[in-house]
Amino acid sequence: MSGKEYRTITDVKGPLVFLNKTEPVAFGEIVQLRMSDGSMKNGQVLDTSNEIVVVQVFEGTAGINLSTGVKFMGDVFKLPVSEGLIGRILDGAGRPRDGGPEIVADQKDDIIGAAINPFSRQSPHDFIQTGVSAIDCCTTLVRGQKLPIFSASGLPHNDIALQIARQASLKGSDEEFIVVFCAMGITAEEYNYFRTDLERTGALENAVLFVNLADDPAVERIITPRLALTAAEYLAFERDYHVLVIYTDMTNYCDALRQIGAAREEVPGRRGYPGYMYTDLAMLYERAGIVKGKKGSITQFPILTMPGDDITHPIPDLSGYITEGQIVISRELHQQGIYPPINVLPSLSRLMGSCIGEETTREDHKSVSDQMYAAYAQGRELRGLVAIVGEDALNERDKQLLDFSAVFEDKFLRQGRDEDRTIEETLDLCWNLLSAIDLKYLVRLDQKWIEKYHPDNRE
Amino acid sequence: MSDEGTIFRVSGPVVTAIGMEAGMYDVVRVGNEGLMGEVIELHGDKAVIQVYEDTSGIRPGEPVRNTRETLSVALGPGLLTQIYDGIQRPLPTLEEVMGVFITRGVDADAFDLERKWTFEATVAVGDEVGSGQVIGTVQETETIVHKIMVPPGKGGIIKSIESGDFNVTHTVCTLEDGTEMQMMQKWPVRTPRPYQQKYAPDTPLVTGMRILDFLFPLAKGGTAGIPGPFGSGKTVTQQSLAKYSDAQIVVYIGCGERGNEMTEVLDEFPHLIDPNTGKPLMNRTVMIANTSNMPVAAREASVYTGITIAEYFRDMGYDVALMADSTSRWAEAMREISSRLEEMPGEEGYPAYLSSRIAEFYERAGRVQTLDGDDGSITVIGAVSPPGGDISEPVSQGTLRIVKVFWGLDAGLARQRHFPAINWLNSYSLYPQSLNQWFRDNIAQDFPEIRTEISGLLQVESELQEIVQLVGSDALPIDQQLTLEVARMIREYFLQQNGFHEVDAFCSIEQQYAMVKAILTFQESAKNAIAAGAQLDDVVNVPARSNLIRARFEKGYIDVIGEMVEKMVEEIAATVEEN
Ligand SMILES: Nc1ncnc2c1ncn2[C@@H]1O[C@H](COP(=O)(O)OP(=O)(O)OP(=O)(O)O)[C@@H](O)[C@H]1O
Ligand SMILES: [Mg+2]
Repeated sequence: MSGKEYRTITDVKGPLVFLNKTEPVAFGEIVQLRMSDGSMKNGQVLDTSNEIVVVQVFEGTAGINLSTGVKFMGDVFKLPVSEGLIGRILDGAGRPRDGGPEIVADQKDDIIGAAINPFSRQSPHDFIQTGVSAIDCCTTLVRGQKLPIFSASGLPHNDIALQIARQASLKGSDEEFIVVFCAMGITAEEYNYFRTDLERTGALENAVLFVNLADDPAVERIITPRLALTAAEYLAFERDYHVLVIYTDMTNYCDALRQIGAAREEVPGRRGYPGYMYTDLAMLYERAGIVKGKKGSITQFPILTMPGDDITHPIPDLSGYITEGQIVISRELHQQGIYPPINVLPSLSRLMGSCIGEETTREDHKSVSDQMYAAYAQGRELRGLVAIVGEDALNERDKQLLDFSAVFEDKFLRQGRDEDRTIEETLDLCWNLLSAIDLKYLVRLDQKWIEKYHPDNRE
Repeated sequence: MSDEGTIFRVSGPVVTAIGMEAGMYDVVRVGNEGLMGEVIELHGDKAVIQVYEDTSGIRPGEPVRNTRETLSVALGPGLLTQIYDGIQRPLPTLEEVMGVFITRGVDADAFDLERKWTFEATVAVGDEVGSGQVIGTVQETETIVHKIMVPPGKGGIIKSIESGDFNVTHTVCTLEDGTEMQMMQKWPVRTPRPYQQKYAPDTPLVTGMRILDFLFPLAKGGTAGIPGPFGSGKTVTQQSLAKYSDAQIVVYIGCGERGNEMTEVLDEFPHLIDPNTGKPLMNRTVMIANTSNMPVAAREASVYTGITIAEYFRDMGYDVALMADSTSRWAEAMREISSRLEEMPGEEGYPAYLSSRIAEFYERAGRVQTLDGDDGSITVIGAVSPPGGDISEPVSQGTLRIVKVFWGLDAGLARQRHFPAINWLNSYSLYPQSLNQWFRDNIAQDFPEIRTEISGLLQVESELQEIVQLVGSDALPIDQQLTLEVARMIREYFLQQNGFHEVDAFCSIEQQYAMVKAILTFQESAKNAIAAGAQLDDVVNVPARSNLIRARFEKGYIDVIGEMVEKMVEEIAATVEEN
């Protein structure tokens, strides 16, 4: 089947090529296109019939003409996988980018991946300490979770992702994470920043990088995360590794999706994105988790930039509907010079409840976290009121809460890019900061924990 | 033309076959692997098929075979405690056959065909039985008696019937006309099962969630929609209903949502005790899980699979509650298929028939007189996931036009961690009229009036809040400041309820009423005390009041509440003397 080369292209439109008079071609089949100068492009079948075949070309259709040769490879897209992936840098289509040899494959895996049987999943419950107080205390990350960073252009989401990649550890265990890093349409500068940092800390030896940069073909971005997740699944479920997948920037991925939809003249959903974008994103995000009988796990940390800082934009919106919470980066905090500028109020970790407490983090965690959140939320709200009526109009309680909100940002949120706080340090810090507020206003703290942890009651 | 044709085109989940004789909704086997599909459109000699499994690698020219059956579910003992995908394949069986990842081309029986169930005949030879009449029973789980019924449309004089241990395909009964009946029957999912007549609902579905039961009650046989942005509490609410509502059977459909959420239910339910029977919740539950990453065509089918199973239990005379999380994902599956069919799109790309499909689905809810003359009901609660949380979109609007209860989740409340984040100002229920008699007879004569009083207070609060935003609360007259305190008590003490708290997650209606009375008593005695010269601050801060509030997290609260209220009244009265 893969021998024959067709020269029957009838139409070229955007990233799509239409051709006819082929033998039966499979849906999803991989395609090779040979340009007149002998260079090759790759594609995949999007629609196939006795009359017409539609091929999506990953490298863009520049240079393709009606006499371009098209060869069908007889199989769907597969990634050669083995432990040899670890330490390697590949391009957005899975070819070595580091000058190294081809990957010696143990097996070849279909990159679309199969859905994990919901009955075969295991509920995630292992606490991952990121060393970042805002995350560990308020939006706790759990091994096997998918927790995206909702950011926007110009904000330090990359630093946060790198810090997490460096520091993430399982409390009381020296098990290391393998980082699978997937770049989609980021700039060369951003990429170098990632790579240099991973090199500097030696993490690169324990990482696999799939890299599609801003000047690489946009359509290739459709497959890059699938390659990364296929590698992750192999390492987690065949080789027992705990894998942390970081992908950035999902917004570029979604834009590539929109481009293909437009070329196919599909009826668009909201803001021009395809109606099936929810399903498409779910096919990526749902490849996180833990399954019965396998030692490894996949934790996902997708990064997306919200166009116009708008959380209701389809990209963050549909992501939020699929992931298990979100970490929201705030421009306002960033402008105040606070790193990491995490706004804990709209942030959420839905799996937090399953991983905090006496046996995993500390017995007072929930109580402290609720109180920190509530006090900060009230303090922030008072800022608006103060702007109208002035600080003097506040009663004692409100004054304390208002002051607390500033301290919260300055002492609790703010930390160094290399500062790795243990969960005990984070929680002790919370108690110290909360102690500036009269106990009678701290209604969410359990009496038991006040007696044990409040600075007034400790030596 | 014959039952065999060939593939002409493959476009994602939609496959076109030629040369095959076909009717609408025929189930077909597609390609060399025999993937399951369903005919959804006919054009001349072309049949358009939606395929329930991934179609990668399938090519034109491969065979397509018509099974001549319509998409059906198998109904019989073995449904309860089971978890199915959207086309009723048991997930545990799929795991046995394929491992932890769902691959394709595997058939699985809906239940264990070898398992023996103890059938007890309830009719005898010579009896005349009609369509839908019960002919025997099986104790399916500890709490549920499964009634074996004559399939709709059949009936006659019983020629033979035997009690004993049989598997579901064994013929347990034959009629004079030769009709053979097994414990298992099949029913096409897109056709509602028949009943004698629909009744107006008159009994509430008690959910144990205060804001629902007290302010916006749902009737057994009623319909409710829960729209809300991501993270606002749709799933937690649906799961609470599945856990605590007083339905006898629960059908829970995870439609296009997260895998881990289904795992959570699977982990939790076998250990949770049904507050109504004292037995594990799993005994009354059937689950359907077609998560977001599983094939969309099967997602489209999943709600029909679920509602048909619900109807079957309704026909036995049970009160069934069905939760669909989320109906938006079902609608999106319709949109995806429709766009592959190149149908003329309606609003936001949804097919023009979207609202009629939504209406038809909710119409399958209701309280009915069954064919057997019994009383059964299906209550349907659908989650809706509007893009950006904006309910002006087609799925929310199509749902709100048909459902009678609207529980509107609010992103702002969720962010304040006020749970359940149901907005009390814009939510509504159209059932109070038909349920008031039940509340008067079973809880308290003045129940409806008290409800009105509480909603009124919340309404007044929202008006006062607007003033407070401008001038601060100290500028308000004292009686309005008290109203704000009372409203705060309603919100924080009564409306807020932690869905994960082992005691507070479920609250009986008796206790709800007692709590509301406590609030009104507080209001009354505070008013009197203030009129007699007490300070608002002192009144609000009497220790007995905070004790009363905190004690709701303790077991047996309802037994001590009266005493605690008395103590509060005393302490409030005492604040007058202090001055
Ligand atoms: N009744 C409740 N009690 C306590 N916490 C709640 C309650 N409802 C919601 N929450 C909190 O809100 C989080 C999100 O709730 P949930 O998963 O039900 O949202 P959702 O509306 O289903 O979101 P999505 O549309 O993304 O599925 C929960 O993980 C929990 O932390
Ligand atoms: Mg949900």
